[in-house]
Amino acid sequence: MAMADGFKEKATKEQKYDRQLRLWGDHGQETLENAHVCLINATASGTEILKNLVLPGIGAFTIVDGHKVSGEDAGNNFFLSSSSIGKNRAQATTELLQELNSDVSGNFVEETPDKLLDNDPEFFHRFSLVIGVQLPESTCLRLGAVLWSADVPFLVCRTYGLVGYMRLVVKEHTVIESHPDNALEDLRLDHPFAELKHHIQSYDLDNMEKKDHCHTPWIIIIAKFLEKWYSENNFQLPKNYKEKEAFRQLIRQGILRNENGVPEDEENFDEAIKNVNTALNPTKISSAVEDILNAERCKNITSQTPVFWVMARGLKEFVENEGGGKLPLRGTIPDMFADSEKFIKLQNVYREKAMQDALIVSKHVESLLQSVGKAPEGISEHDIKLFCKSAAFLRVVCCRSLAEEYSVDSFNKDEITSCMDNPDSEMVLYLMLRSVDRFYQQHSRYPGVYNYQVEEDIAQLKMCVNSLLQEYGLNVNVKDDYIHEFCRYGAAEPHTVASFLGGCAAQEAIKIITHQFVPFNNTFIYNAMAQTSATFQL
Amino acid sequence: MADVDEPEKKRRRIEELTEKMAVDGGIGVSGDWDGRWNHVKKFLERPGPFTHPDFEPSTESLQFLLETCKILVIGAGGLGCELLKNLALSGFRHIHVIDMDTIDVSNLNRQFLFRPKDVGRPKADVAADFINSRVPGCKVVPYFKKIQDFDESFYRQFHIIVCGLDSIIARRWMNGMLMSLLIYEDGVLDSSSIIPLIDGGTEGFKGNARVILPGMTACIECTLELYPPQINFPMCTIATMPRLPEHCVEYVRMLQWPKEKPFGDGVALDGDDPEHIQWVFQKSQERASEFNITGVTYRLTQGVVKRIIPAVASTNAVIAAACATEVFKIASSAYIPLNNYLVFNDVDGLYTYTYEAERKENCAACSQVPLNLQFSPSAKLQDVLDYLTENASLQMKSPAITATLEGKNKTLYLQTVASIEERTRPNLCKTLKELGLADGQELAVADITTPQTVLFKLNFT
Repeated sequence: MAMADGFKEKATKEQKYDRQLRLWGDHGQETLENAHVCLINATASGTEILKNLVLPGIGAFTIVDGHKVSGEDAGNNFFLSSSSIGKNRAQATTELLQELNSDVSGNFVEETPDKLLDNDPEFFHRFSLVIGVQLPESTCLRLGAVLWSADVPFLVCRTYGLVGYMRLVVKEHTVIESHPDNALEDLRLDHPFAELKHHIQSYDLDNMEKKDHCHTPWIIIIAKFLEKWYSENNFQLPKNYKEKEAFRQLIRQGILRNENGVPEDEENFDEAIKNVNTALNPTKISSAVEDILNAERCKNITSQTPVFWVMARGLKEFVENEGGGKLPLRGTIPDMFADSEKFIKLQNVYREKAMQDALIVSKHVESLLQSVGKAPEGISEHDIKLFCKSAAFLRVVCCRSLAEEYSVDSFNKDEITSCMDNPDSEMVLYLMLRSVDRFYQQHSRYPGVYNYQVEEDIAQLKMCVNSLLQEYGLNVNVKDDYIHEFCRYGAAEPHTVASFLGGCAAQEAIKIITHQFVPFNNTFIYNAMAQTSATFQL
Repeated sequence: MADVDEPEKKRRRIEELTEKMAVDGGIGVSGDWDGRWNHVKKFLERPGPFTHPDFEPSTESLQFLLETCKILVIGAGGLGCELLKNLALSGFRHIHVIDMDTIDVSNLNRQFLFRPKDVGRPKADVAADFINSRVPGCKVVPYFKKIQDFDESFYRQFHIIVCGLDSIIARRWMNGMLMSLLIYEDGVLDSSSIIPLIDGGTEGFKGNARVILPGMTACIECTLELYPPQINFPMCTIATMPRLPEHCVEYVRMLQWPKEKPFGDGVALDGDDPEHIQWVFQKSQERASEFNITGVTYRLTQGVVKRIIPAVASTNAVIAAACATEVFKIASSAYIPLNNYLVFNDVDGLYTYTYEAERKENCAACSQVPLNLQFSPSAKLQDVLDYLTENASLQMKSPAITATLEGKNKTLYLQTVASIEERTRPNLCKTLKELGLADGQELAVADITTPQTVLFKLNFT
């Protein structure tokens, strides 16, 4: 029966994707399965990127490639065989990529991107993301312009010898769930909200049974001793090391002692002392979130405003009114040594307050929607709750266009010049990639492809480097060694470097599609010789 | 139009030339086609400013990779599949791969040499078949075995060993094995006895890759503190004061299952059996509701029982690629290898950090220095055992301690064989003096973390 099959299919997918669902959740997986990615040029780099998107279950991919498979291609590409030689590369690779995962729908277009740009640029509008691999500069800039106006994210990737390069081009990318590695807790010990104060008051540390005393959560302990500290220190938080040490000492004195005056073993007090450092950090909004709340997008809400910004505005209303300058409470507390009842009660105090705050934000969002003539239920409570829980970690990434990067008037001279203070910085690899592109424009080929060309191309490439630096007025030193090395590369695409890039690029693509985790901004260079990398904002 | 056609014609002409002419005129190795190794050759046959001081461009290097170089890949899982592909497409043909596991559905999101029809089959076998059929000429030899099933004579045959393991114990064992192959003559290391070990590890969006030259660079044991011991929840929390959904699951796994034996006597909890997990899930929910704890889900239950580590294709691709690049560098002397540790994290943008992990002067595995144990003669053998397991630089699992007493080899304590454990258990309560041990005495300790016994010198304080 069809329905039973549907359940069975879903169960197998849950099993198959289990290890990644634990990273981006079912909702993240859904965005992936609804995405359609375009790959231009199915070289080894291209197919390695796609492999890492097909395996996790991207909805669909389309390969655009006008090239025929060469012997070289079949040698470094896992998704080609020698029998593919002479066939169109888009078609040949689609078959073997499709075979990786039957959940995914693979398509191909046997055409060069330039032809598509000539005849049907709107072809690219349908994609969630376009990945351009090993593109000549002119094609890249042309495509970049089309995708920029259509608001389609563009990821440029290339493997050039032992160098990997990625450039992300997206006007505005919002992230609600950034999943930061080391997030500070939102405990509000510096300014306990009413319900928390009330709950703290229910504890009387000086008049408790021993078993309750040693099972009291450290949050309560710190709160209690903070009250003591305030009364003796003019209501100021312990700020520097000396004060924090004194505060820790105060807590230490609160540890129960036995008949002989020896301190008992109270793990919760040990935890309290350990957490003094972080628990007393003043609650404040990060500059990243401040920027979001103060952005133009947040101020001018219209019926066209994306959901993220409507919610951000709701958040802003909360912060400026009911929140008293603070974000809605996150509502989670870390595990700590305590008996179940005390811990759960405390946890619920935080949870309930968080729910209340989220409800207020909801009301603001509803009025905002109404004010621009939209249905107030248009944004679900679930989404608003998630937004509030993630409020401290919201991120917006805006990458400059390729046109801006390449224009003599707006290129990032400062970044390039300061990085090149170290002539071996990865920035020199970027300049070399720009230079080989110049070489290609002039000679319709890359330097050093054939052995006999290597020597003579070095001088030619050096001229390209110098003309590049001159055109942009860059007073930097590009060592001859790099010019020689890039001629040596002969535009080779070694598989291991392509594969490294494939992993990096695929994960950035997944970030763009799922809107989870934070994408890079905006240029990434990998140096396989030294196994180093760098990110520049160009 | 003429203007548009001209560069197009040029491009097609170059393509034709490329197809006809390999980089240096072509080599006719049977099964190879024109241009097959062009991408690789440029790094073997051309001089360059950044190459290794020992590097000499030659057409013979490719032959060495194709015909002679022998690589061992340990693990045919997330990293292993990538490693095999990377090595095969870099010119390596003699690749052996060891993996003791069979294929599970949850592997399919990243272990791309496997398909749904392969579930249940040995990973090593399926991986080898796939590579050998996709990459003509490549001869991957699989072993559906544990690394401990092989001895020095097996490992000695390889030029380079690459690990894509998911176990620290296995890494340490492999590390110890390569140390045992080292030959010292008059205290000087014979460099021909060194087998480089490339090791990769991943977890979610994080990973690391390192190059170990046994006897020369930092080894796994030198940097044991980088692998902090896994923290388990305290028993009293699990038994009497659960607070998190995880505590509830651990209660059912550790206490309720052994007591209720829901699937029969002696039937151990199998994390891969959905019926077992379902039972644990239900009982965990009951436990949770008793304490007003929310958040127990099937997924969480399975994650706790199986100690699941999240994994994606992309991180494995990155780390395996970095490892394979190092294998290539070392095998070809093309570039100076990574010195020696790379860390990768792409949670927020992409972050890499490369540094030189330092050797430990008194490393249990790679220093020639015997380790000292300082104990009072009235200390108990249990104290020594605790030290061996708890010390951050040793982290032994179940050490067996023997000593030479009255000219005979005497087992003081051994845990892994029940009958010997029972016989030697009383020794744990005896003092070192009572056991007849003397100051300066050598103790030999065996453990699963190392293939060779580790010698300690007992110093009485």
